[in-house]
Amino acid sequence: MLCHTALERAADAARHWSDHGCPVVIHVDRRVRKRAFQRLRRSLADVSNIRFSDRYACEWGTWGLVQATQAAATRLLADFPDVQHAYLASGACLPLRPVEELVGYLAARPETDFIESVTTEDVGWTVGGLNIERFTLRFPFSWRKQRRLFDAYVRLQRRLGFARRIPAGIEPHLGSQWWCLTRKTLTAILQSPDRAAHDRYFKRVWIPDEAYFQTLVRRYSQNVESRSLTLSKFDFQGKPHVFYDDHLQLLRKSDCFVARKIWPHADKLYNHFLSADLARQPAAEPAPGKIDRIFARAVERRTAGRHGLYMQSRYPQGARETAAPYSVFEGFSELFVDFESWLGKVAGMRVHGRLFAPERAEFAGGETIYNGAVSDSAALRDYNPEAFLTNLIWNTRGERQCFQFGPRDVQQIGAHLAQDDNARIAVISGAWALHLFRSGADLGSIRKEAARLQKIEADHLALLRRPSAKGRVRIWTLAEFAENPMDHLQTLLEDINPRSARRLTEVPRMIDLAGFAEFLATLRNQGMQPILTGDFTGLPRPAESLPQRSRPHLVK
Amino acid sequence: MVTGARHPVFGEFRGFAVGLVSTYQLRLARKRWRFRAFRKRRELTAMQNRTDLIRRSDILLFSTIRNERTRLPYFLQYYRELGVNHFLIVDNASTDGSTEYLAAQPDVSVWTTDSSYKSARYGIDWINWLLLRYGSDHWTVVVDPDEFLVYPFCDSRPLRALTDWLDAGGVRSFPAMLLDMYPKGPWKALDYREGQDPFSLLNWFDSGNYTITPNQRYGNLWIQGGPRARVMFADQPEQAPALNKIPLVRWRRDYVYVSSTHMLLPRGLNLVYDAWGGEKASGCLLHAKFLPTLAGKAEEEAGRREHYASGAEYAAYREGGEDLWCRWSEKYINWRQLEILGLMSKGNWA
Repeated sequence: MLCHTALERAADAARHWSDHGCPVVIHVDRRVRKRAFQRLRRSLADVSNIRFSDRYACEWGTWGLVQATQAAATRLLADFPDVQHAYLASGACLPLRPVEELVGYLAARPETDFIESVTTEDVGWTVGGLNIERFTLRFPFSWRKQRRLFDAYVRLQRRLGFARRIPAGIEPHLGSQWWCLTRKTLTAILQSPDRAAHDRYFKRVWIPDEAYFQTLVRRYSQNVESRSLTLSKFDFQGKPHVFYDDHLQLLRKSDCFVARKIWPHADKLYNHFLSADLARQPAAEPAPGKIDRIFARAVERRTAGRHGLYMQSRYPQGARETAAPYSVFEGFSELFVDFESWLGKVAGMRVHGRLFAPERAEFAGGETIYNGAVSDSAALRDYNPEAFLTNLIWNTRGERQCFQFGPRDVQQIGAHLAQDDNARIAVISGAWALHLFRSGADLGSIRKEAARLQKIEADHLALLRRPSAKGRVRIWTLAEFAENPMDHLQTLLEDINPRSARRLTEVPRMIDLAGFAEFLATLRNQGMQPILTGDFTGLPRPAESLPQRSRPHLVK
Repeated sequence: MVTGARHPVFGEFRGFAVGLVSTYQLRLARKRWRFRAFRKRRELTAMQNRTDLIRRSDILLFSTIRNERTRLPYFLQYYRELGVNHFLIVDNASTDGSTEYLAAQPDVSVWTTDSSYKSARYGIDWINWLLLRYGSDHWTVVVDPDEFLVYPFCDSRPLRALTDWLDAGGVRSFPAMLLDMYPKGPWKALDYREGQDPFSLLNWFDSGNYTITPNQRYGNLWIQGGPRARVMFADQPEQAPALNKIPLVRWRRDYVYVSSTHMLLPRGLNLVYDAWGGEKASGCLLHAKFLPTLAGKAEEEAGRREHYASGAEYAAYREGGEDLWCRWSEKYINWRQLEILGLMSKGNWA
């Protein structure tokens, strides 16, 4: 048992093993103060089958850990001739099943060595991306304390093509530090005639405690079962996950023999698993599946996180994210009467009005506050429009959001829409002209307003058409769309809800276009060229439009 | 991970601002704040100093208070149960018996001062001094008496489990966003009794209307939003109070809080978020501000002009913002709910 902190807990565990007939040799890190060590010794003085081995300094990933293991193992084999299996545990290990069950399990497999031992090619979990190089490079600098030097020296060696020669008979394997070996194998390793050569070589290997026994066992054992009997999970930085009181049920159901590492103050775990009346379970094989999943999820949360969430401890730089796809309709509410309620009805969802209108955010149903307590205040929204949108999409996860947008709205969000791969944008360009057409204002102000809106829309379309734009964009001119609205609407609906690909039965009412062509002609004659509306000359009235198909202008 | 200028911050910023010049400027700023704290130590009088009881691995809590007698019993109880070992409190001229109450507690040290809260930069100079003097090499919690720390697994794991885990990962600071809690109905009408859990009354919050702006100089995130922005600052969002806080730090003597607990120097301590899409662990500070005691305080503070923006915020509390509740308010259940809503994260703690 290798210990360096929480010695009282280590003593509890050691006493437990010894009470159940298993002799224990304890190694205490030399860096532990003398007083603490003496206290531990005294507390276990009454137990005859607990011994202490020579002490070595055990810094993480150094040769000292192997030396400590060798010393303790040698002592164990020498002092207790009846021992047939040696189990390497740490002071933070806790037996989860009655010791007798482990003893029985091992007795039934007298020749088997349980040690995770994987070839360097097959390892996916090593820290720092070093696999075979652990065995072929030199590592004079501490990875923890001198990371820059460490990295630089590794790079240098790679560039120079430096490589140590791996001694004959050694086939590099890696694996968990915690193993259970038979007396025969352990003796063979410790008393090998090549031991001095092995030690000399492994002294310079990086993290030898995960390599020394794991490699040599391949040479001396006939029957390796490449798994550890100790349940031990590592996070993405290679530090072990810790178990707490609230893991009690999980640990119980795992059927593993030993778990590490246990938080020293997890009183409930210690009380439960070290109690004498631990209920005997059916002799099941260890099945840590559920624990594996929980820790795998934790690593995923730490490395990938929840897409589209901006919060105090997740703030991805670069392109803005959103949590789910959403649809932006530009120009539709100008062309169709009451487009929002029509869309809401056929698509079966709540549809927002102009979320970025200058006066207020027009939430569906005229709400002033929406999911997540997002306010309709224009000032709050315009203070950070990107956050407004990402919040809204995050708060309504599971419910498709649709809203209207156009050149009369606050434009700052445009860049985000173009960059967001969740944005489904459908544009009827030039539809703002319909708004002016129906406004009945005097021609002078209409002309000016038309020029302004056209400029804004042209800039917006340029953003959407950029090669770097990620949103899925369809753009029609007003003339194109008015010519054949049904097909286009059908396509858009299938986009929103692919499952309900019914043919449209209910048609939104298009506004009356009578006189619109003349209106555009007037604008043109006034010197304002409405280019984005498309060509309206000779366009038949929609009611009598021919069923000819024009393909949507699909940008991406 | 949290190692100062090496951390990737924001695109264009990386090029020049984290250059030598700005690093040096921040270093000077840090020294200046520390010196200021050192000068301000003279404003503090030790009324009850029990710091000799502090042991090496103790978790310490620092706070500035003024007339918080009714709130104190639950505050102390809450943090004792989390596992805080010692409280170091600056009492800014209380007249309601807070001082005597605190002095009688076995695990509290009290300093008193009559000096200006504002000129001590809202108390942070005093706290910086106490941190410098007593906080080094301890995990330190710095909170106001109306802030209650909630972190992942706080219902089953004590604070020490968290700090041990942070230690193991070499993490030195832990963020907890301020979450304004409010009742359904006008808060001035509440009846809060001493010792009562304030969140039995204030059990609603805004779940998803927070905005984040990166602060490029200090590297922290500036978070605004919640009910105060929604109701009281809807016309001037830039004035809305900052909600980002870093209340839990493994203190070292060369650290310093720059502005309340919103940010620290050296700036590496502010990088409590992942910039590559992952989530680091974080918590929330449940904010029990909206209790009837606030009304009296608002009267006093608006006159005293000792708070941020000359008490403009307090003026707002007096005038309006009676009922903060809305149809989309979320009823508080536990930390798991906050984590699902995305207000805090377990990170890779499992």
